Amino acid sequence: MAGGSENITTGEYIRHHLQNLTFGQHADGSWGLAHSAEEATAMGFWAFNVDTLFWAIVLGVAFFMLFRNVARKANSGVPTRFQSAIEMIVEFVDTSVRESFHGTSKFIAPLALTLFVWVFFMNFMDLIPVDWLPWVAQQAGIHYQKVVPTTDVNATMGMAITVFILILYFSIKIKGVGGFIGELTGQPFASNSMAGKIAFFLPNLLLETIALLAKPVSLGLRLFGNLYAGELIFILIALIFTAGSGLIAAGLSSIFGEHIPAWFWVLATASVFATLWLNLKGVLDNKKTLWLLLVEMLLIGGLAFLGGQLMHFAWAAFHLIIVTLQAFIFMMLTIVYLSMAHEHH
Amino acid sequence: MNINATLILQSIAMMIFVWFCMKFLWPPLLKAMDERRERIAEGLAASDRAEKELEKAKVEVDAQIREARDKAGEIVDQANQRHSQILDQAKDDASAERSRQVTAAEADIVQASNQAREELRKSVASLAVLGASQILEKEVDANTHRELLDKLITEI
Repeated sequence: MAGGSENITTGEYIRHHLQNLTFGQHADGSWGLAHSAEEATAMGFWAFNVDTLFWAIVLGVAFFMLFRNVARKANSGVPTRFQSAIEMIVEFVDTSVRESFHGTSKFIAPLALTLFVWVFFMNFMDLIPVDWLPWVAQQAGIHYQKVVPTTDVNATMGMAITVFILILYFSIKIKGVGGFIGELTGQPFASNSMAGKIAFFLPNLLLETIALLAKPVSLGLRLFGNLYAGELIFILIALIFTAGSGLIAAGLSSIFGEHIPAWFWVLATASVFATLWLNLKGVLDNKKTLWLLLVEMLLIGGLAFLGGQLMHFAWAAFHLIIVTLQAFIFMMLTIVYLSMAHEHH
Repeated sequence: MNINATLILQSIAMMIFVWFCMKFLWPPLLKAMDERRERIAEGLAASDRAEKELEKAKVEVDAQIREARDKAGEIVDQANQRHSQILDQAKDDASAERSRQVTAAEADIVQASNQAREELRKSVASLAVLGASQILEKEVDANTHRELLDKLITEI
């Protein structure tokens, strides 16, 4: 289901899912897409993860279109529901910025809004079942497809580095070059005498440089680590669910053997849809519907289907929190770091 | 998972999106929201004002109603007074008229009775003369016996 060929191993399946579609210079000097992980590594720094960039830009444009759609028609009259929803997000970001950023800037709030929504959208791609989009890409002849840009360390570090550049820019703009260097060398060990200042110069510089560099590194790696781990768990759940091995997957195979016939899935889907439809038409009450669905799930998939679905659902629900929280943390830390850059110590 | 130039392109993409947001999204949205906030505040203030005005108008209306009621009472009192005045006057007039008419009637009666008496007296005199002349078979000269007749009339 995942790799195209029927008999790939678990390790290959995971590795395949974690490989970006990389465009770069081959060993023979020609430019093109890497066909294996080794080839991608061999391309060195001057290579591009096409899938990461594609999805990041698509989602960025989606963010822009979504908000532009509202912003263009925004007026002080009675808002539509959609406008209210968008304005709630804007209000939320605006409040967060006001609370954390002590100063005036026309730049920080739009930056925070962009980061929050964009990162949320990129994280949200994680909730699309792991095999769907790669399968579509596979049909189109693309071998590798990693659809969650924030599970690519390049994307998260790219954004973190931008934030780092902004930290440096605002530090120097507000405090001047001298003030910034003074901040890097005059603390945490402070002294009033000249001798003390010279003695503490190097230790201070060392400590403050580490503290400064830790900001973008932690910012980028926190987001990457959370999403990467989440992605990996989805892949593992998908493995249990689809690979047909293991104890709880035995339910279906024991009835149908290796291959489950297509009519079975058609019948299964139809019966679930029919149940839900009857519920919506008012023929079945909610309690009966739930029981019927449970029975159908048990009949349809045996323990494998139910187990896989339930695990996927449970982790997706939990991951939804992580997705939102990490987007929020990324935004908040950016605001806080830039606020610190604006303040004199 | 390699560090590669995706880093740079992602960074550039981010800056462009932030710029877009700063230019095209944030200002119109914030403007609309601030304007709406102002309008809502204005609306609430206006409704407060209207409520106060309504209260004031109610008090005014109450005062006016009370005044009108007082005035109406006054008018009714006056009308009642006037009514009894007219009634009294009418009564006075009526009794005056009655007594006048009674007096006139009495006078008429007296006059009529006097006239009747006079006539009676006259007829008695003539009757007496007639009778006497018949008795005496002789014409009684009315003028000759005037004195006698007058005496007779007054005695009747």
